Amino acid sequence: MNLTLKVWRQKNADDPGQFETYDAPGIIPDMSFLEMLDVVNDQLIAAGKEPIAFDSDCREGICGTCSLVINGTPHGGQKATTACQLHMRHFSDGDTITIEPWRARPFPVLRDLVVDRGAFDRIIQAGGFVSVNTGGTPEANGLPVLKDDADLAMDAAQCIGCGACVAACKNASAMLFVSAKISHLGLLPQGKVEKDRRALKMVAQMDQEGFGNCTVTGSCEAVCPKEISINFIARMNGDYAVALLKQGA
Amino acid sequence: MKLDAKIPAGPLAQKWDKHKFEMKLVNPANRRKFDVIVIGSGLAGGAAAATLAEQGYNVKCFCFQDSPRRAHSIAAQGGINAAKNYKNDGDSVQRLFYDTIKGGDFRAREANVYRLAQVSVNIIDQCVAQGVPFAREYGGLLDTRSFGGSQLQRTFYARGQTGQQLLLGAYQSLSRQIGLGNVKMFSRTEMLEVVVAKGQARGVIVRDLVSGEITAHSGHAVVLATGGYGNVFFLSTNAKLCNVTATWRAYKKGACYANPCYTQIHPTCIPVSGEHQSKLTLMSESLRNDGRVWVPKKAADCDKDPKSIPESDRDYVLERKYPSFGNLAPRDIASRAAKEACDEGRGVGPLIDGKRLGVYLDFTDAIARFGEAKIRERYGNLFDMYERITGENAYQQPMRIYPAVHYTMGGTWVDYNLMSTLPGLFVAGEANFSDHGANRLGASALMQGLADGYFILPYTVGNYLAANYSAAKPETLSTAAPEFKAALAAVNERLTRLLKINGQRTVLSFHRQLGKMVWDKCGMARSEKGLKELLRDIPALREEFWKNVKVTGTGEELNQDLEYAGRVADFLEFAELLALDALERKESCGGHFRVEYQDQEGEAQRNDDDFCHAAAWEYAGPGKPPILNKEPLVFEDIHLAKRSYK
Ligand SMILES: Cc1cc2nc3c(=O)[nH]c(=O)nc-3n(C[C@H](O)[C@H](O)[C@H](O)COP(=O)(O)OP(=O)(O)OC[C@H]3O[C@@H](n4cnc5c(N)ncnc54)[C@H](O)[C@@H]3O)c2cc1C
Ligand code: FES
Repeated sequence: MNLTLKVWRQKNADDPGQFETYDAPGIIPDMSFLEMLDVVNDQLIAAGKEPIAFDSDCREGICGTCSLVINGTPHGGQKATTACQLHMRHFSDGDTITIEPWRARPFPVLRDLVVDRGAFDRIIQAGGFVSVNTGGTPEANGLPVLKDDADLAMDAAQCIGCGACVAACKNASAMLFVSAKISHLGLLPQGKVEKDRRALKMVAQMDQEGFGNCTVTGSCEAVCPKEISINFIARMNGDYAVALLKQGA
Repeated sequence: MKLDAKIPAGPLAQKWDKHKFEMKLVNPANRRKFDVIVIGSGLAGGAAAATLAEQGYNVKCFCFQDSPRRAHSIAAQGGINAAKNYKNDGDSVQRLFYDTIKGGDFRAREANVYRLAQVSVNIIDQCVAQGVPFAREYGGLLDTRSFGGSQLQRTFYARGQTGQQLLLGAYQSLSRQIGLGNVKMFSRTEMLEVVVAKGQARGVIVRDLVSGEITAHSGHAVVLATGGYGNVFFLSTNAKLCNVTATWRAYKKGACYANPCYTQIHPTCIPVSGEHQSKLTLMSESLRNDGRVWVPKKAADCDKDPKSIPESDRDYVLERKYPSFGNLAPRDIASRAAKEACDEGRGVGPLIDGKRLGVYLDFTDAIARFGEAKIRERYGNLFDMYERITGENAYQQPMRIYPAVHYTMGGTWVDYNLMSTLPGLFVAGEANFSDHGANRLGASALMQGLADGYFILPYTVGNYLAANYSAAKPETLSTAAPEFKAALAAVNERLTRLLKINGQRTVLSFHRQLGKMVWDKCGMARSEKGLKELLRDIPALREEFWKNVKVTGTGEELNQDLEYAGRVADFLEFAELLALDALERKESCGGHFRVEYQDQEGEAQRNDDDFCHAAAWEYAGPGKPPILNKEPLVFEDIHLAKRSYK
């Protein structure tokens, strides 16, 4: 198939940026979306033009590196699918496809489709962990965990930290990401000890990074490639409220 | 060079404890005076950086991804081994040790492997304490399953995302140390040179991948935990950005490279669909617990609907050839069986270049026995992934799979302390020549990465620092020293050269061509003739690269084309060593299969008289052939045996 791409080009963080139009001829349905971009880039380089910068690594939907807004939707709108796992069989000959970076103030564009998601790392650094050092930990089976709790914790822990939730939210809220980590650790006995402290610290950092508030539109859950449930946000709000209360007491 | 593996004396089971007792310590108050540089934030690097920082050292950690959480370890699916014996099925440290040595076709160092099996149990305790959500049984205890190359259930898992969960555990520990100010993290930063002064590794030169700025960092020890070199084949299951640059640069500074010909081909990957392919996707080997591998008995049936082929016309290759392990035969053996069937014209799937490269992995029986819901619970995400890529539903028709490059057992040679032949340079995880000999067993890479990072380096690095520096006032090499200046200039010169060539071909086209050459002649089956051709063709391609590659943009900006060019340039040098090592190893063992060395039944033939050694290649200078040093492998505890899975 032959496609037309409208791609966001921006030389660096200071450049205002603009859309450029490119032809993508001879695209095969079995190609992944990023393989399609590889082909276009190879043509650009051969013609002496600078290729489109975009992030990817695993190309299996697990590292959370790829971060494209495709036709207005983060990751392109296929259910539970990252941009790297999206295949061209979902497009048709003659389509025009718009490709943009994540757009959110806390995620500044570095170049073209590449953004800086360091804010997510800083939120984890603020409290997204269990404070145990290496060594001296108890025997793994010493503490049974209810299977339902372990399974629910795993549902939350599957978050790949891609940031699509932020990109989809009109308020650029990071609540789905933050609540996934707070829930994953808070649901397990190992993480319960620091539950209050963790919620307070991570939420404070999230606010400091400039992420917006949640107004429960559900757009984050809809684009999440790992289908992280918005129920975790409710759980986080509960945890946070309890922690605040205890802090006040 | 004389290789000294520094294996502690004494009985195997006591070596590590004894060594731990004998190693020198740095007083906690003095540790913050030491700078340790860790390159890599995967399981090995992330665990090492976090633990060294917890101990009080000053750590700088580097990775080229935008976050340490995205290291390639994140992609591991199936699980991690440990000799916990929770299933009461007869597991023990001794058995895990034996399975790993045998799985590696008796080409690993006994003492290291024994230590790995010993610390495996601590890893699970550590990860559970961090909140890693391993699968559990209704009683609340940890669940385990079986994996290729083993007859018991010692593999711990977190759905199909074990690597992700283990890496997030290490990342969270690392993040805690970053937050506390004990680790300074440099993401989107690539190490391009090791700095050596007076014969010791004293720092690194790195490039900031956003600004292009090149800077020098001084340290008292350097750890490389930079992953494997599978992408020398271009197509592999590794993440796109995995590369050999760090260990290759270190090789040229004196860190010998061992056994590069030991590469692992994984039997269960989604077959290639066409020329555009940028990478291959693994379907976890855990699928072989319930899936049955088969091809049609007759070539004429290959394009038929698999369901229409009656049982009597199917060849369940692995069950037929290896009745006691069946579909759980180790990876190299299962891969070769698939290749043979396809070479005989009995492959399935689309015809590409006149061949059908695929075999069926069929779940019909398992679905009939356990129900679709149970299979969905076990492998749901893998079946979904398969459908996303191929557009086919594997609950209704068998999957098609074919072997692909997956893991590299070769790597920087290290002694028992994980230190390379360049003093002060430690190498961990997939980057070292590892504990897996000529073939790695499933679920053992995660174990090794975390063993190295959490439980071995934190002791051995400290020992090195205590032995080589004054603990109260360790001497720091200034980044203004001539050694740093020279390394910085070399990095600059190389980047400038790449940018100036302005030829006709893209970096990608060179990488693809190199990969195809190496796969064809140094992939699943290798011959003297093919390897000699490869050794003739690689230098020619490399020469063309340096004359005719086109790299766009400048060095002072985010330039992915330039990053890629540097990595492919290193692969073009490294590939030659890989081919040379494969040529020199005149035997078949594990992942290294030389067609000249097989028995009547086509099984690999080892040659213990001449090749029971690790081959550690030493850089001899530009244009000179590398020097081969041999570390004899001495087996005190284990009898060398033919590796049979029949
Ligand atoms: C698809 C897949 C599935 C797998 N499944 C399993 C499994 O189920 N069980 C199992 O045991 N093993 C599995 N493996 C193998 C296992 O995942 C890897 O061997 C292991 O994770 C490697 O960890 P590592 O820490 O050594 O390196 P990596 O995780 O590869 O990390 C390398 C790090 O080094 C950094 N780096 C590299 N070069 C540079 C440089 N020049 N400058 C700066 N930074 C650099 C990278 O940024 C990264 O942080 C699987 C592998 C693949 C490909
Ligand atoms: S590239 Fe890893 S999730 Fe897309």
